[in-house]
Amino acid sequence: MDTLSAAWFLLIGMDADLLAIVSLSLKVSGFAVLYALILGAPVGAALAIWSFPGRQVLIVVFNSLMALPPVVVGLSVYLLLSRSGPLGDLGILFTPKAMIVAQTVLIFPIIVALTREAVKPVFREYRGLLVSLNASPFLVLRTVLWDARFGVVTALLAGFGRAVAEVGAVLIVGGNINGLTRVMTTTIALETSKGNLELAMALGVVLIVLALVMNALIYSISRIGLRFQEVRE
Amino acid sequence: MNRLSFDKVSVYRNGKAILGPLDVALQADGITCLLGPNGAGKSVFLNLCHGMYAPDKGTVEWNGVAAVSTRMDRSFMFQSAAVMRRSVWANVAFPLVAQKVPRPERLERVLEALAFARLVDQASQPAASLSGGEKQRMALARAWVTRPKVILLDEPAANLDPGSTHALESMLHDIATKSGVIIATHNLPQARRLARHVLVFTNGKLAANMAADSFFNQSHTGQVADYLEGRI
Repeated sequence: MDTLSAAWFLLIGMDADLLAIVSLSLKVSGFAVLYALILGAPVGAALAIWSFPGRQVLIVVFNSLMALPPVVVGLSVYLLLSRSGPLGDLGILFTPKAMIVAQTVLIFPIIVALTREAVKPVFREYRGLLVSLNASPFLVLRTVLWDARFGVVTALLAGFGRAVAEVGAVLIVGGNINGLTRVMTTTIALETSKGNLELAMALGVVLIVLALVMNALIYSISRIGLRFQEVRE
Repeated sequence: MNRLSFDKVSVYRNGKAILGPLDVALQADGITCLLGPNGAGKSVFLNLCHGMYAPDKGTVEWNGVAAVSTRMDRSFMFQSAAVMRRSVWANVAFPLVAQKVPRPERLERVLEALAFARLVDQASQPAASLSGGEKQRMALARAWVTRPKVILLDEPAANLDPGSTHALESMLHDIATKSGVIIATHNLPQARRLARHVLVFTNGKLAANMAADSFFNQSHTGQVADYLEGRI
């Protein structure tokens, strides 16, 4: 009970360490999801629109990459960024930048796959119109992505949820350095193993609230999206 | 002046000719109605007219230029017209965006097209919230907004009640004073109300090609008679 109330005080009192950890978490996962969106949404849309050799293979690959274990992503990015790795010269290993890279890689397949799912029905409906208007490939991409916007935002939130909740990747490439690369999940893992449960529990509560907020957002956004969708009898 | 010519045109699906061989020359001004039973080739003919794709054999040309390379001169309204997941306004504006019409002119033309379709009050609603008749009027406004030389329509009134059908037809009459209109329909009374010229298709071939007046006022034999009397 002491632990619970101590955790509660940390939350209520806006403890400085706690705030720093939460804000780094949000920042890292926020940038990761942003980059994954910028890179992944056009790829997902392209997979829904154009058929080219190897497309089926790519779809299967991206779908399986969605289940990629975070520690494996962490390991791969670690090897890339380590001093002897191909991108070692950047010198960003054990910094928040490396964590953003790892989470971007982790979420990218999710954004690709979910965007593809969202764009597919839109393109099926629009295809004739777009061809008849002689629409350029860029306009086609822009149009279907915009009109699948509710689905794309859902993909974005799902990606954020996965990023903010994973431990393995950020732990490996970030190193869980106090005051520098410590995020919610890695702190929980560390503090729990040290027997220091207050901070761990307080962060756990924040994560649960975040998950609730994300899902509430996903739900209401898809409800709004339905108003723009035609129901054909 | 919209001179359409089909020269030795054939279209195949799975090795079977679904249209042609077809030779037609047509002055597509006023309203031309395409009649014929299901699967007779009306839709394929319309698609070729717009240049959605090129025929497997032969050439389709407007004023001597291939249809596929002059799509921008025309508009196509599909049987089940896409209702874009946007506002009514944005739906009607879309072809102008595709043609890179500058914004001030775009606003003016969209407003005009919406007024023409009597949809100004619904401009900011999601298009999906419109009734069936309103959706078709929106689709026609979207086809008209680019001021095409010819509008092609595939069964635009197929699922509409008489009131909505009438509203759509009066828009078509207006449009036909400025542009060519080619419309595929199953509805003979509608063809009688609209057409200046009639083409009848059966089995992928042209069974009749004549002015509407004489078509509706003379007796027919063979496949045209079979179609008109509901035997095919």
